[in-house]
Amino acid sequence: MITGFVARSFDRGAVAFLVVLAALAVLVPALNLLLPPSSPFHVPTYLVSLFGKYVCYALLALSIDLIWGYCGILSLGHGAFFALGGYAMGMYLMRQIGARGVYANPILPDFMVFLNWPALPPYWYGFQHFPYAALMVLLVPGVLAFVFGWFAFRSRVTGVYLSIITQALTYALMLGFFRNNFGFGGNNGLTDFKDILGFNVQAPGTRAALFTISVVALMLGFVICRAIVASKFGKVLIAIRDAEARTRFLGYRVESYKLFVFTLSACMAGVAGALYVPQVGIINPSEFAPANSIEAVIWVAVGGRGTLTGAAIGAVLVNYAKTYFTSGALAPYWLFALGGLFVFVTLVLPRGIVGTLRHWQSERRARTPARAAAPEPVVAAPRPAE
Amino acid sequence: MRHWADRLVAFLLALALLVAALPARAATYEEALQRFTADDFEESEAGIGEVAESGNPLTAQVLTALRDGRLLYSPEKKQVFIKDLQDRVLDAASGQPIVGDAPADIDTVNVNNRLRRTIDAVLGALTLLDPDPGKRYAAAQAVFKSKDENVLPALDKVIARETNARVKKAMNEARAAIVLSSDAAEADKVAAIAVIRERGDQDSLALLSSLPADAPPAMKRAATEAIGSIEHGLALWNTVQNAWYGLSLGSVLLLAAIGLAITFGVMGVINMAHGEMVMIGAYVTFVVQEIIRARNPALFDYSLLIALPLAFLISGGVGILIERGVIRFLYGRPLETLLATWGLSLILQQAVRTAFGPTNREVGAPSWMSGAFELGQLTITYNRLWIICFSLLVFVALIGLLRLTRLGLEMRAVTQNRAMAAAMGIATSRIDALTFGLGSGIAGLAGVALSQIDNVSPNLGQGYIIDSFMVVVFGGVGNLWGTLVGALSLGIANKFLEPFAGAVLGKIAILVLIILFIQKRPRGLFALKGRAVEA
Repeated sequence: MITGFVARSFDRGAVAFLVVLAALAVLVPALNLLLPPSSPFHVPTYLVSLFGKYVCYALLALSIDLIWGYCGILSLGHGAFFALGGYAMGMYLMRQIGARGVYANPILPDFMVFLNWPALPPYWYGFQHFPYAALMVLLVPGVLAFVFGWFAFRSRVTGVYLSIITQALTYALMLGFFRNNFGFGGNNGLTDFKDILGFNVQAPGTRAALFTISVVALMLGFVICRAIVASKFGKVLIAIRDAEARTRFLGYRVESYKLFVFTLSACMAGVAGALYVPQVGIINPSEFAPANSIEAVIWVAVGGRGTLTGAAIGAVLVNYAKTYFTSGALAPYWLFALGGLFVFVTLVLPRGIVGTLRHWQSERRARTPARAAAPEPVVAAPRPAE
Repeated sequence: MRHWADRLVAFLLALALLVAALPARAATYEEALQRFTADDFEESEAGIGEVAESGNPLTAQVLTALRDGRLLYSPEKKQVFIKDLQDRVLDAASGQPIVGDAPADIDTVNVNNRLRRTIDAVLGALTLLDPDPGKRYAAAQAVFKSKDENVLPALDKVIARETNARVKKAMNEARAAIVLSSDAAEADKVAAIAVIRERGDQDSLALLSSLPADAPPAMKRAATEAIGSIEHGLALWNTVQNAWYGLSLGSVLLLAAIGLAITFGVMGVINMAHGEMVMIGAYVTFVVQEIIRARNPALFDYSLLIALPLAFLISGGVGILIERGVIRFLYGRPLETLLATWGLSLILQQAVRTAFGPTNREVGAPSWMSGAFELGQLTITYNRLWIICFSLLVFVALIGLLRLTRLGLEMRAVTQNRAMAAAMGIATSRIDALTFGLGSGIAGLAGVALSQIDNVSPNLGQGYIIDSFMVVVFGGVGNLWGTLVGALSLGIANKFLEPFAGAVLGKIAILVLIILFIQKRPRGLFALKGRAVEA
């Protein structure tokens, strides 16, 4: 039974994806730490951090693909969950600075000393303990998504309405976190981290470890998503995506399914954010900007929604392109390229890269034995994003 | 005739003023000027009085120069000079520029604060007699603030002959303010409190609150009551002001959202590039003004009127291009439309940034839109007033277009039942393009209006897009009246929350309220009913 489940969940593509990830998790740190800098195969530390950043984005894209690709929920506010996870991790890292800050206050972070805060606000309690912070990384985005989804799905807010209010959610959070008296460092956010679990954040060893952990988290997220979409539960999700009203009439509690998968997705986004912060070294309110969340959606669209591997690949590709464009003389054209990508993908490549490849593959497979086999049963064409 | 009468009274009043302050001795203007050549504070004070008493037309000029340290004298020649603002040296006796060089021993007549106060009081009394009611009003307000007792006798006389009701009221208030801070009788002070209470603004509140603690009980009671009444009145005005600001914000939201209500509400298309249409309208205004400045500055006052049709056409044209080029391939796929139009918005923003630079561009206000007027305790600026009128005008025009014209009829037909409309011979794809163009064109009009109150930068549209969506969603999709009510109520709610919560928290509160509201009524205030809902 277990083997049957595994066989169902992991087709060749999924296994290949996991193998590539596992190889990366080992190879990149090894090439960074073991080879001397003079070697042509040496991977410099800044690249390790950059790749780590891409991997975190890939995990975020995966979480979006789970709800958009398989359940038809287009969240334009997933950046909010990502940033909340990041802030939870940032708070832990801030508390680790201790007396090494500019003002050398053993308890209060620098910005609180600067703002003349007499004591630590209660919601900062406990963040000096890593397990507590790790729990919060999952809990804060999860609870927010649960409460938000509870209200939204029960009153059957769907389609573009849901997209717009998720966007309003992240916008409201951004406005809030920009305020100094919110207690999260205001405009500047949280930065100047020193160490994590006793290791120096800047050290190449820590960076390599963070990269490996990020890849493992991505693999784990992929396995969870894969297991969900391949199960019976996943079939119901797809049914909801394609015909929500019909699924409801068949007796499924659509809102519970949606709520579960939305909350899970928010937790994944939170983990991605938490791993992102120590590798980038800063978290500030601009992570909540609605534009970021929409950009994350386009990664999924480029890779192919409803493919999981595609989401991760799309995130890496688009972000590599972004790094390439914005670091050279092409910087002014990046927004043209990104905007053009949005239009191109929606008009010409609605299945995304991986989706189109799979489509070709299945068409070719269908064509060869099709003459012998019976014609495929007529299935109601899925109506994307009803 | 009147003018001369004023002069005469001015002279008499100044005389009366001096009789009270100085030992009376009639002196000519020239003699009075001689006092300044001593450069002694006592002598100067006497001189000030005598100059005022002389009634010479140069009085105000001499006194102002003295106060500002521009009055010069030559001890040897016993002459007094005025250095005017262009640094020319005038003979104080004749007011004419001197011939040849100034005397070598020329020096400034020194003044101290005591002298300055005396000068101000005398000058104040002089302006209280100015033939221009506006200047008299301003002088009365100045006296209200300075509460200079020296002016009181003059003020009393002026009040008796003042005919302009508004100026007279201001003078009475000024008089009351002086009485309150002087050592007048208790009954007078109580009467003064009543006058101040009538005035009822922030200044009167400050004045009454600063009364000494050891005042007699009757006076204290009157003051307390007056403070209560003023505070009540101020709170009322505050509410009116909030409502006005809210109305103003609401009209801006209405302008930004109404085009969206067409594309989103009527066509079901999410146009994330809507904000960029607004931005294009604002940049059209900028370009029109630049051309007018360069070619024909006389037309500047008409620049907005010229920009309006151009902005409508250009934004509408861009809108039609977008519809024909992108959106028509995506009908029935709202989420993809959203992403594609977001991409377009990035491209448009970056295009404008490349063409005009990333910084704010200056858009001027025509003369009929600048300035403000007072309504009770409320200051109303003309640009806000015009924008409110303009947004309502656009709204009415749009309703009229949808109700009364052939195009509107066809639009409504396509909205309600596309297939049936097509069967009746309506070219639905043409209507789609025109509807989208109309919505975008209205966004362009909004841009012209917003260029007057907001920074014209490539990010202009971004600031409005989320708010506009909130308005449309709150008001109910597919219903223009819902958009009107939604925009105005969101604007007013925002401004009423601001004093309690601050601007940012108020905005967050509004967003949260809308999110909760959508839970309750997922299709907005004015929801469409019937089959169209699920279509």
